[in-house]
Amino acid sequence: MGKVSIATVWLDGCSGCHMSFLDIDEALLDLADRISLVYSPLVDNKVFPDSVDVTLVEGAVSNEDDLKKIKHIREHTRLLVSLGDCAVTGNVPSMRNSFKLKDVLDRAYFENAQVNQRVPDVSIPPLLPRVRPVHQIVPVDVFVPGCPPSAATILQVLGELLEGRLPQVGEQSHFG
Amino acid sequence: MDHEEFLQIGEQERRRQAEYRHHIHVCMAAGCLSSQSDKIKTALETEVEAHGESGHCLVKGVGCMGLCGNGPLVAVPSEDVLYQGVTTEDAPDIVKNLGKGPIRHKHCPTDIPFFKSQHKIVLENCGRIDPERIEDYMAVGGYQAFMRVLTELMPIGVINEVTRSGLRGRGGAGYPTGLKLSTVARSEGTTKYVVCNGDEGDPGAFMDRSVMEGDPHRVIEGMAIAAYAVGAHHGYIYVRAEYPLAIERLNKAIRQAQKAGILGQNIFGTNFDFSLEIRLGAGAFVCGEETALLASIEGRRGSPRPRPPYPAAKGLWGCPTLINNVETFANVPAILRNGGDWFAKIGTKKSKGTKVFALSGKVKNIGLIEVPMGITLEEIIYDMGGGIPDGRRFKAVQTGGPSGGCIPADHLGTSVDYESLSELGSIMGSGGMIVMDDGSSMVEVARYFMEFCMSESCGKCVPCRVGTALMYDLLTKIAQGHANQSDLQQLETLCDMVRSTSLCGLGQSAPNPVMSTLRFFREEYLEKLADTELVKE
Amino acid sequence: MVKTLRIDDQDVSAGTDDTILQVAQDNAIFIPTLCNLEGLKPVGACRLCLVEVEGYRGLAPACVTRVEEGMQIYTQSERLQTYRRMILEMLFVEGNHVCAVCVSNGTCELQALAQRLGMDHSHLEYRNPAKSVDVSHYRFGVDHNRCILCARCVRVCDEIEGAHTWDLLGRGIQSQVITDLNRPWGESKTCTSCGKCVQVCPTGALFKKSKAVAEMEKEHEFLPYLNTIREVRSNG
Repeated sequence: MGKVSIATVWLDGCSGCHMSFLDIDEALLDLADRISLVYSPLVDNKVFPDSVDVTLVEGAVSNEDDLKKIKHIREHTRLLVSLGDCAVTGNVPSMRNSFKLKDVLDRAYFENAQVNQRVPDVSIPPLLPRVRPVHQIVPVDVFVPGCPPSAATILQVLGELLEGRLPQVGEQSHFG
Repeated sequence: MDHEEFLQIGEQERRRQAEYRHHIHVCMAAGCLSSQSDKIKTALETEVEAHGESGHCLVKGVGCMGLCGNGPLVAVPSEDVLYQGVTTEDAPDIVKNLGKGPIRHKHCPTDIPFFKSQHKIVLENCGRIDPERIEDYMAVGGYQAFMRVLTELMPIGVINEVTRSGLRGRGGAGYPTGLKLSTVARSEGTTKYVVCNGDEGDPGAFMDRSVMEGDPHRVIEGMAIAAYAVGAHHGYIYVRAEYPLAIERLNKAIRQAQKAGILGQNIFGTNFDFSLEIRLGAGAFVCGEETALLASIEGRRGSPRPRPPYPAAKGLWGCPTLINNVETFANVPAILRNGGDWFAKIGTKKSKGTKVFALSGKVKNIGLIEVPMGITLEEIIYDMGGGIPDGRRFKAVQTGGPSGGCIPADHLGTSVDYESLSELGSIMGSGGMIVMDDGSSMVEVARYFMEFCMSESCGKCVPCRVGTALMYDLLTKIAQGHANQSDLQQLETLCDMVRSTSLCGLGQSAPNPVMSTLRFFREEYLEKLADTELVKE
Repeated sequence: MVKTLRIDDQDVSAGTDDTILQVAQDNAIFIPTLCNLEGLKPVGACRLCLVEVEGYRGLAPACVTRVEEGMQIYTQSERLQTYRRMILEMLFVEGNHVCAVCVSNGTCELQALAQRLGMDHSHLEYRNPAKSVDVSHYRFGVDHNRCILCARCVRVCDEIEGAHTWDLLGRGIQSQVITDLNRPWGESKTCTSCGKCVQVCPTGALFKKSKAVAEMEKEHEFLPYLNTIREVRSNG
């Protein structure tokens, strides 16, 4: 049996979910026999492969780059997992949604800036007017709430997926 | 006041009026008043004076004559003449032509179905009597039913008569009035209340307003009879503050009735006491819901509470309370006067009597009509309403306001009764009837009503508070062409959920305009869906 | 006087004046609630406790519906569970409940119910309203972003403390809890600073100052006659 290809992506989040993933610790070694991590901030591959079995998405969709990425990923992924509160609810990144984008940028780059008052626009993607959870952009197959979800939860989700079952996180994890 | 004295007042008034050779009635209801019918009345009086006819011609302000869209209306009942679109400049001509046939250019034929097909019970005095004079009400037999009830009937006799009539609540839900009376009568407690719900708030509805403005004593009499039946000695009329004229006339009527000994203690020499007060609504639609209304009378925030207990058992200040709509009470004097069997002969098997409708929208004859239950929508819209103006085509008729639905052309043959209308996903409601032509977007109609429900939700229960806002958001998204199939699906899921889980009638019926337009005009929604994937921005 | 009835095919007995919710709780049958709090007048507002009663036309709120002899009650149907999850979703999208940075993270009843009822994401669009925080009181704060309008604070302040500092302003989706006649809490003339409202708040809307994320634990001994700690977790 071939290995299950897994990708992880990091949209607008703090990388805490990836940290929690790494917190699986020694169980990673067992996993390594069964999966191949084909794309991730943790590995070198810079191009999202054509066909991935499972993609774990950390982070909300906040900018145009996120938007392009997630649509591309959805097209090339069999099962998409929203990993953690930012992907599932928008979480902290979405706290700016209560304000107009311009007001947010003005506060950050003009009102509170002593020098160089300008909105950075070189080599970084423009922000979307609203931050949105992943499933409001593309269909999502599995939701894993938590900020971050515990290592045990992530391990259980992966275990289920490897067994060919759609995991039900149920009461194992909660928002926050 | 004894029996004789009482009858004397009406008799004197009849004689007084009979002395006049000519009668001119000027509509002084809110619609015509806003077109300055009060100035027309003054002009007519001046003209009569100038012709030295004061002793022969009576100029009388009356309540709504029905054809509001053609106002201001002036009638010369002694010659069966009705004038429409009258201005102060017409006063000389009207007076000059008294007894010589109508002036042509302002003449409004009264042999048209709009008038002929009506069956007036609730509105029988509207447009005939001066609502500001109790004598005028008595002259047409007013308060006689109340007097007969007090002197000849036991409370149970009243209840039986109303039960036999088959009268059902005219506020919208159609609960049997006799049953409600008997429940309150049986409820334990020495203090009981009667409350009249005059918080009419549906967009396009002005039935109750017209009754309160045009025949306030009738409402008082209905309440007094009901109070006797259930054993209540105090009542409240809850009127929305947006109806200043109705409030003014009701207040005047209450004072007159008190002075005449018809309200107060030992009424008609019996040991029955009944007093009445007005309470003003401060502009919340939800206060038309009975438990919210009662909370508001008590001086608390007008938000509904779960039922049971129903007001009939625990109402105002925890006491058994009879609460009914204006039109329901206005039917009661006629039922007691003519008997329950008489009333039960009118209408259909399950919906007895008549119903007052406020006909408006894209229809030629706009105004107030009272029709027997069982009449078809087609008869109302095409025969009485005169059809659709400007050569447009009929599209739908909305009944029941924000709690009702839109009925399409295919179902115009539907009989107007509680059951038939609810089978179509609409409701009888309080009687608003808005006709729409082919220029109306049904998505916009649904969105309009949802916006209404959203801003009128009291916010107490989650499904109504949040659900109406979410449905409004989705309808906006659809109207703007940004929505997709799954948004539409979600809208339908929300409709079902809000309907099934909301605390009171406002929330439970808020999805009706959406569900009925989805049922009959689904293609209009589908046309607006964007062919995109989930994403927009 | 005793009545007998059936809840989820289990025979139970109940006192005459018991509500469905009380009987269910006595028999360890879980019915979710949020606005309800033992010791305060039930208001039937959150609609989470709706149950199916045979012969009833609509659903019945368990917190205010009295039991009747021979009643057949169902508390866990597919339909009810769907509605309950939708109610939770509505609460989450109505405000700005960012659990990760909430003082009540880990002690919040809304959060715990979402977990228990399996609401792991919202199908509904987040509304992200602009709401304010009032920290003018010297000991407490109110964060309207996290308020679910259960009105427990209003009731405890009125019914138990007798101050009636809290009330509701506005209507519909614009409703919010206020102190006095919408004066800042710190300027309230009626507030006794007893803190009961903070103890009964199911979320992090009312909090003690100086509490950071996940530090807002309720004091179990504060109001012994009010059941402030809800048994909503399955193993709790």
